[in-house]
Amino acid sequence: MPHIALPEHLPGITGLLEYSRVTAEPIRQLTQFILRGENSLSPAERELIATIVSHQNECRFCTAAHTAAADLLLGENETCEVMKQDIDAAPVSDKMKALLKLAKQVQQGGKAVTAESIANAKAQGATHTEIHDTVLIAGLFCLYNRYVDGMATVAPADPQFYTGLGQRLVQYGYNRLPNGYDHLKKQAQPS
Amino acid sequence: MAHIALPDESLPGIVGLFHFRPETAGPLQLLAETLLRGESPLPSGERELIASYVSLLNDTHFCHTSHGSAAMAHLGYDLSLIDDIKDGFQKIEVSPKLRALLNIAAKVQKSGKAVTDEDIAAARAEGAGDKEIHDTVLIAAAFCMFNRYVDGLGTWAPEANEAYREMGQRMAFTGYVRYPVKADVAEV
Repeated sequence: MPHIALPEHLPGITGLLEYSRVTAEPIRQLTQFILRGENSLSPAERELIATIVSHQNECRFCTAAHTAAADLLLGENETCEVMKQDIDAAPVSDKMKALLKLAKQVQQGGKAVTAESIANAKAQGATHTEIHDTVLIAGLFCLYNRYVDGMATVAPADPQFYTGLGQRLVQYGYNRLPNGYDHLKKQAQPS
Repeated sequence: MAHIALPDESLPGIVGLFHFRPETAGPLQLLAETLLRGESPLPSGERELIASYVSLLNDTHFCHTSHGSAAMAHLGYDLSLIDDIKDGFQKIEVSPKLRALLNIAAKVQKSGKAVTDEDIAAARAEGAGDKEIHDTVLIAAAFCMFNRYVDGLGTWAPEANEAYREMGQRMAFTGYVRYPVKADVAEV
């Protein structure tokens, strides 16, 4: 049960963002730009960064949600699966491998980032903006994961929930839905 | 030198990064503004103390000292009392409620999962409500992002407290929004 009263039809992050819409606004703006805005990294690649960080933080809700989004954007579920076990074995570019390893260091702490991992990313062709954005995405998910788990929000057990959420993230991105989330109330009822 | 080429290497900490990527500077500044100066049952001085304390635990000197300076400006303490945060709040007046919230913030710094029902119950027993608990967790989580951003990109930080005096006063009384936020990025 969450540590504070949150809307029951909105598990995970969504209930928190609706509970506190004023603080949610800049978080949503940042996420929409950094994961969906104009970028030389594809939305799928950026979702992989979100996924590896959430996985390392053992945040069930965020890991499942961003795995679902990445799977949909990639059109397969092998990459996320393999990446979580071994970045080097994942079917992604050498540049992405370097950036995912960098993100993993950021998850541990800003000071855990080594000159070698930055040099490796640059050697594999990562631009300074890509390095910047990787560090910021990894930092942002350290925020999300702590927010979601620190408030003890609910992570639904049903895998279908995350498929639906992933579809919403692919279709609408991270802005608040124009008409809010009341339409989800019915779906949350036990059938 | 930072890990990436910043347009102005003389600007320390997050300030240099804001100039590198104005697109993310806007929402990041707005986030700091709403978290630390927006509406909350917690006074800004106490929220800045939480920010400074979490940054200390993350060993991010720039954020620890700049937000420490902002806290001292809000609370009317001498700048030298920033060092009291490192000493576990011996001289700064900390209410039992704030102490319980600082304990929650320290747990969040480790991991969201480290926050226990007992930590929350202890804060409630000292009078903390839902919003105070929420704001504490979100501020602590946000500084786990800001700190990683600042250190993960290898920015530099001035050493002495004195170098943060004006910065802290500006953060406290002028605020964090220096760039216009792009209105087309998201809908409210």
